[in-house]
Amino acid sequence: MPNAHPKPLQLPPIRLAAAGLAARRGERLLFSGLDFTLAPGQLLLITGPNGAGKTTLLRLVAGALTPEDGTLVWQGIDEDARPQALMHLLSHRTAIKPRLTLSEDLAFWQAVNGPGPDAFEALDRVGLGGLDWLEAGLLSAGQQRRLALARLIVSPRPVWLLDEPTAALDAEGDAMVAALLADHLGQGGLALCATHLPLALEGADIVRLRLGAPR
Amino acid sequence: MTGFFALIAREIRLSTRRGGEALTLVMFFVMVTALFPFAVGPDRELLARLAPGIVWTSALLAMLLGLDRIFRDDHADGSLALLNHGQLPLEAVVGAKVIAHWLLTALPLIVATPVLAVLLGMDVEGWGRSALSLLCGTPALTGLGVLGAATTAGLRRGGLVAPILILPLAVPVLIFGVAAAEGGILAPTLFLLAISLLTCALSPFLGALALRAGDD
Repeated sequence: MPNAHPKPLQLPPIRLAAAGLAARRGERLLFSGLDFTLAPGQLLLITGPNGAGKTTLLRLVAGALTPEDGTLVWQGIDEDARPQALMHLLSHRTAIKPRLTLSEDLAFWQAVNGPGPDAFEALDRVGLGGLDWLEAGLLSAGQQRRLALARLIVSPRPVWLLDEPTAALDAEGDAMVAALLADHLGQGGLALCATHLPLALEGADIVRLRLGAPR
Repeated sequence: MTGFFALIAREIRLSTRRGGEALTLVMFFVMVTALFPFAVGPDRELLARLAPGIVWTSALLAMLLGLDRIFRDDHADGSLALLNHGQLPLEAVVGAKVIAHWLLTALPLIVATPVLAVLLGMDVEGWGRSALSLLCGTPALTGLGVLGAATTAGLRRGGLVAPILILPLAVPVLIFGVAAAEGGILAPTLFLLAISLLTCALSPFLGALALRAGDD
């Protein structure tokens, strides 16, 4: 992987505080009484068995679901700003259109999400350098995941919500995700990451949250 | 605003790359119209008199055919969730979809109307009135269609639900559209324009509401 040096860009300082958070999916109470706070530069690492509510917690934070109980408070953002526009979402649904080329995909999401680094730089960073002319439908699952990660780079945002970011990635991809996360946290960003795999993040400020089996 | 135009450009690019999607709709439009002379018989005068109604019915059916692609793919592959995290409010996303859908389905139909004029034995004036009435009325059909598509985006087998939902709502458009195409008085055209304006102004807000409600 080419050695990229991220610019010493600073993201707006944002804090997230959750108090007594509970979520229900259908009949089942997935979790309740969840408290955590995240400050700039901190990573919330969410672990737990399948069905424990990791994705649900991310969707709560993303604002796609309303909590059954408890509150989620964003500090450091304007009153009338949409918190959604501060977050990047990465999930198994990669929103890749098979007939668009990689550079078209990144240019589109950059136009939608906000300006930032060059698409070529981002593709280099995720290990897809030189493939910008390729149609995204020709990529493997791991490469599609890398393309989705490149979107996080082209539009810098303070909050990353990552659902299994290393799924479908090889060992070198795992390291790349860890490096991206370290850079993001270093710039004062927050991240919430649901994962099974241990991420090689030394020296990062990690808040660990383990969700139990649903009751 | 760059996101708004980027979204319209992406819709057009996806549609053209997917291989003649607009062309399929136009073919459908022309072939439904071509059925009428076979069904009614080769009476040119009768056909010319029925022509505005035939053109409008075919256009309405063709517009319904394209509804499914507006939100279903974007909902299924996660694009819609990501667009909700864009800088644009969801209302603007739906607005861009309305414009893109009009450009991709209604405009090709209007361009194809000379073919229909020949098939139905319309004169140049009759063709002009039909094309003008479609130009005034299709934005209303597009707005209603996007609304129907937004309401059914999350349904797994919702392919036919959106057309059935919006067909009754499209009846006033059809009535004023045919009246405008028959010509003579100005009032139906003005009504058509009023319905189009109202529908296009409201559909982004109602569509966004429907998408949010369907997301949970």
